[in-house]
Amino acid sequence: MCGIVGLFLKDPSLEPELGTLLAGMLAVMTDRGPDSAGFAVYGAGAEGRIKLTLRGNDFDGVPAALGAGVNFTVRDTHMVLDFAASDEDRVRGWLARNRPDIVVIGAGKRIELYKEVGLPAQVATRFGLAGMSGTHGVGHTRMATESAVTTDGAHPFSTGADQCLVHNGSLSNHRSLRRMLEPQGIRFATDNDSEVAAGYLSWKLREGASLAEALEASLDDLDGFFTFVVGTENGFAVLRDPISCKPAVMAETDRYVAFGSEYRALVGLPGIEQARVFEPEPARVYAWERN
Amino acid sequence: MPVVNLAETAKRELNAQLHALSVDTNETHWRVENPQGQHALAAGLNVPVTVEIAGHAGYYCAGMNSQATVVIEGNAGVGVAENMMSGKVHVKGDASQSAGATAHGGLLVIDGDASARCGISMKGIDIVVKGSIGPMSAFMAQSGTLVVLGDAGDALGDSIYEARLFVRGEVKSLGADCVEKEMRAEHRDLLHKLLEAAGADAGVDEFRRYGSARGLYNFHVDNASAY
Repeated sequence: MCGIVGLFLKDPSLEPELGTLLAGMLAVMTDRGPDSAGFAVYGAGAEGRIKLTLRGNDFDGVPAALGAGVNFTVRDTHMVLDFAASDEDRVRGWLARNRPDIVVIGAGKRIELYKEVGLPAQVATRFGLAGMSGTHGVGHTRMATESAVTTDGAHPFSTGADQCLVHNGSLSNHRSLRRMLEPQGIRFATDNDSEVAAGYLSWKLREGASLAEALEASLDDLDGFFTFVVGTENGFAVLRDPISCKPAVMAETDRYVAFGSEYRALVGLPGIEQARVFEPEPARVYAWERN
Repeated sequence: MPVVNLAETAKRELNAQLHALSVDTNETHWRVENPQGQHALAAGLNVPVTVEIAGHAGYYCAGMNSQATVVIEGNAGVGVAENMMSGKVHVKGDASQSAGATAHGGLLVIDGDASARCGISMKGIDIVVKGSIGPMSAFMAQSGTLVVLGDAGDALGDSIYEARLFVRGEVKSLGADCVEKEMRAEHRDLLHKLLEAAGADAGVDEFRRYGSARGLYNFHVDNASAY
């Protein structure tokens, strides 16, 4: 089944509340996905710097070994490193050589990404989602169908800088797409079908497509059921398959655009009573971009 | 008039109270506040009462309805009035997918749009949509009437049996075995009565009728590609 949520803020005064609002939306979607949960938040970023989100059970010695130029924040099983972008090869190289137990699950100027097995409300609490601020975020509650209940299989998936995707549905041609994408240099960390969709979009974006164009192309190349919510550094987009197999509802006001698998997920948002509530049409790309 | 505030009362408690009503109850007019998109609101009613839902409803609102009138003063989620037997369901906003699915009777009125698969496998219900409907509506429709004042999406009436479809606007495409048909006096009469019952402001002559070509009733090898 799975539940997905997304929130894209237009009004900067709401940014300190992004995490609280997203945590509320995620918890309501527990009925649709109690196995595991995850979310990506686009927070503050600075020119010339990069954030890496790491997942592991033991971060002892990592900050000390990486040196003073690398700032770090530990949240439960995840650690976010923040450092000069020019230092990326050195940091990634050190991690690969010395700490193969640690996985890099997200990278970019602004993205931070967290996911774990467990009830959505517990996952949100463990990572302190309610205290996070940002411009936009996406979240996912998983009821596994295509692969095992593991942290690796939890969403969001990130296969490019500041990009992430959450997926409700299942893809039937993910094996052949994977064989097409791997020689193009798109790397996958799991066997999950949704990661292939993320990789496909990363490939299209790398080849110069806009987010809307990449999603448009996916309608021809992806086979299966899907509702996607996608985040980029400045963008937020929604796409449903041509027979709208999986549910979706959206709300838009002057202050935000919100997505939920069900309307219930949106009832805690400010001014929802006055929002324009609508169901996104099948096979139509909905995209918003920050200036 | 009983008022049930779902911010304080559990949905199952509301439904239990409605299910406990006798046919001759004096509590014939109910109001439900703060529905907040909860599922299965006022489902399974079997008495002639009116239930007003003051906001958006979730999945299967007024499902299996018999005799009752259910008014949703907002949008309805997937499967509103699914398998309705009789009575009336009125959605003042938009309806999500599969509105009126498999329903045997009664009247479903949607003031806004209905999305995909409106009236899928309908078996006798009358549906009037004042806006437009999504793709694959009236798929395998068996009986009843679907009236659309706006446009219809792709594959209208795919594999239809005997339901009557009236569309005022544009039909993006017709599904397998669904064709445009002549509008005869009996159809005008039926359409007029339904428009009146739904309080819809439209002239009968603005509509076109669609229905089954009856080519797929029994398997014939020449029709294999149409399935």
